[in-house]
Amino acid sequence: MAIAALKTQRRNLVQSMFDEGVLDNQFNQLQDLQDSSNPNFVEEVISLFCNDAERIITELNRYLNDQNVDFSKLDSYVHQLKGSSSSIGAYRLKLACVNLRQASEERNMEECAGAFNSIRREYYVVRSKLQVLIQLERHIVNLENQQ
Amino acid sequence: MGGSNGEDGGKDRFPIGMRVLAVDDDPICLKVLENLLRKCQYHVTTTNQAITALKMLRENRSRYDLVISDVNMPDMDGFKLLELVGLEMDLPVIMLSAHSDTKLVMKGITHGACDYLLKPVRMEELKNIWQHVVRKKKPDSKDHSNSTNQDKAWGGAGEAGPTSSSSDQKVNKKRKEQSEDEDEDGEDNGHDNEDPSTQKKPRVVWSVELHRKFVSAVNQLGLDKAVPKKILDLMNVEGLTRENVASHLQKYRLYLKRLSSVAAQQANMVAALGSKDPSYLRMSSLDGFGDFRTLTGPGRLSSASLSSYQPGGMFGRLNSSAALSVRGISSGVIQQGHSQTLNNSINGLGKIQPAVLPANKNQSGTLFQGIPTSVELCQLSQNKSSNPFGEFNRINDPNAFGVASNFPDARVTVGSSSNNLPTASGNPLLLQANTRQTHTGAFGNPSSLGVSSLNQEPFDMHVQGSYNFPDHGRCSENWQGAVQLSSFLSNSLSTSEAFNHEQMPSNNLQESISWPSSHLSNSPLDLSSPLANTTNLDSRGPRGDISQVGLNNNVIQNIDYRTKQQWGDQRHDYNGNSFSRVDSLVSACVPVVDQSNVVGDKLNDVSLFGQLNGDSAYVVTHLEGEKSAFDTKLRSNEDFVFEQPKPHNGFSQNNFEPLENIMMSMIKSEQNNESPLVDGEFGFDAYSLGSCI
Repeated sequence: MAIAALKTQRRNLVQSMFDEGVLDNQFNQLQDLQDSSNPNFVEEVISLFCNDAERIITELNRYLNDQNVDFSKLDSYVHQLKGSSSSIGAYRLKLACVNLRQASEERNMEECAGAFNSIRREYYVVRSKLQVLIQLERHIVNLENQQ
Repeated sequence: MGGSNGEDGGKDRFPIGMRVLAVDDDPICLKVLENLLRKCQYHVTTTNQAITALKMLRENRSRYDLVISDVNMPDMDGFKLLELVGLEMDLPVIMLSAHSDTKLVMKGITHGACDYLLKPVRMEELKNIWQHVVRKKKPDSKDHSNSTNQDKAWGGAGEAGPTSSSSDQKVNKKRKEQSEDEDEDGEDNGHDNEDPSTQKKPRVVWSVELHRKFVSAVNQLGLDKAVPKKILDLMNVEGLTRENVASHLQKYRLYLKRLSSVAAQQANMVAALGSKDPSYLRMSSLDGFGDFRTLTGPGRLSSASLSSYQPGGMFGRLNSSAALSVRGISSGVIQQGHSQTLNNSINGLGKIQPAVLPANKNQSGTLFQGIPTSVELCQLSQNKSSNPFGEFNRINDPNAFGVASNFPDARVTVGSSSNNLPTASGNPLLLQANTRQTHTGAFGNPSSLGVSSLNQEPFDMHVQGSYNFPDHGRCSENWQGAVQLSSFLSNSLSTSEAFNHEQMPSNNLQESISWPSSHLSNSPLDLSSPLANTTNLDSRGPRGDISQVGLNNNVIQNIDYRTKQQWGDQRHDYNGNSFSRVDSLVSACVPVVDQSNVVGDKLNDVSLFGQLNGDSAYVVTHLEGEKSAFDTKLRSNEDFVFEQPKPHNGFSQNNFEPLENIMMSMIKSEQNNESPLVDGEFGFDAYSLGSCI
């Protein structure tokens, strides 16, 4: 029973993330890739993603706070983050990246600052939700193994 | 794409088990991609560095069927990687990017990507990527056969040896790819056309001896008053027709013109020409070189490439005109060692066509592998197949031969092989090239003459003419290198299709473009020059690639790179012939030539060749080639040389290495003699020709 409840909880969580646009269909693909030969795939990808995203966000922050903003560097980092977020299915985060890229192209510092803030915000949202998801997963797996 | 072939399991159940190499600096994307691919039941290898990917591919290209690469990578531009893979390994490459910029997509496609996917990559898309593998392989076979035929027609088709088939395929593929950019098809066709026409005429091999007589006759009469009839009478050579003399005279005049223009750049050249007949040869070679250079511009290597045409292997590849040029060189080169073979080869050159110098294969096999231009080389190989070139490699500086340097050998071989020339199957190309170009007639080496005749066919090998490589031995070495270059160039030469056109087969070749050793370097290049200059070089077009290959490893690399690019452009620049490529080749060769400086001087007699220091006194008598062509070539070569370094990065360094060595060797050997020509002419900076001298 506990397992079923957990599974429901997991399903709901994922569903809400989809509904809110935090995740998109790409995440489904990731889940599909997880199977017996690849049991921890989703978790691995998520942790990889979090590490990488945090690194990039730190860099972005640094560059944006520079006296003379290096927009090309900024652009390449944003591009990277956009790539990884789209690979994992973090939809809203990806959109935020697009915004920052746009602002950066326009060399609009204000817009850049705003876009960067939303990137940070979206990242924390998706990260916390994904972490809850992982916890649920682990819990379910544990219970299943016990049975 | 050997993968599919080589694969044991995957093949049968293709696309299951298809081997993919995934490259992406983003770890998340890479991981997701890897798993997606695994889900499709492909066999996946991943790396997050483009450089590593290249290394893995180079180590064993048949280990993979397909490459998927990200566009934005820190260590190397994705497009660059794409190009390199396409050039070197001819594997299908799929680009990946998070950006859907139309411009980027366009860039990807023009750089040869089979497909351009946007991130995030979806399973459905990946499920279909195997189509690209099939698509790529299929046309190859078709091309293969086509090219083979064509090559054969040209005498250069890479089919020369067993390796040729694969190389041929590659060549074809490359050629195909290149043709996309340039009109490969047209060139190929041209080759065919040229072939028949050239074959019709019986080729006269303007040996050093013969050329010497010719020059002395001309000098006796005075250049202004020298008319074919009188020259013929003075020469008093049985079997020589007025037409032969006339065309040779034409080449000679061009050569002189070139020389004088080059002389401006290098006094040596001029002096050489004026001084003696042999010098004519030499000069020719210079011209050849110069021309070559210009010809090869991109293909500087062309000459060199020819040399590099690994007699066996390379030639096959040389298919493209470049190949011819190269072939010529190769022949020349080969001759060196085999001097006899050269002659033979050269003779055989005519047949060289697909003969990728089987004999040479040992050496060049590697070089031209990639180079489409090798086709020409193939031709060379055919004749001698294999020996001449192989020998060349051995000659003097195996390294030197790399491409540019090789030529000298090649030249020499051609020249030296003069004996061989006739047989120089491999050489024939060279010889032919020389013959054509070598107005110099002074080929001195009978063998070289043989070469010229070889050219007739698809062999644009104009180089042949000059191959007076007396130093066959030396040349070979250089040649080897050159050949390699050529091969490289060949690839690039594919574009050299232009060369093919030039194939001067008809008359020039006959003239046996005796490119003075200097040409040798050009030899491969010469091919280009001849092409560019004289119609002979027709094949030069493709040769452009050759030059690339042969001359310097670097050059080659660049050449290829450039060639590819340049071909499109250069082709037109050069005398209209596809020289642009040849130039590259030639350029490549040029360096070689310098070494052969000796050649220039030596043209006088076969000794020149011999003196060429092994560089193979290419007596590349570009002279034939239009002077302008020559000039252009020179220029192009220079450009080419320089340019090359850039692409060099990715380039098949592998091949080039040897070439460089060869070249160096050649140069060193040549230095004694007249290197000035070479250096001056080509301005190959890349090649340390100057140093050689």
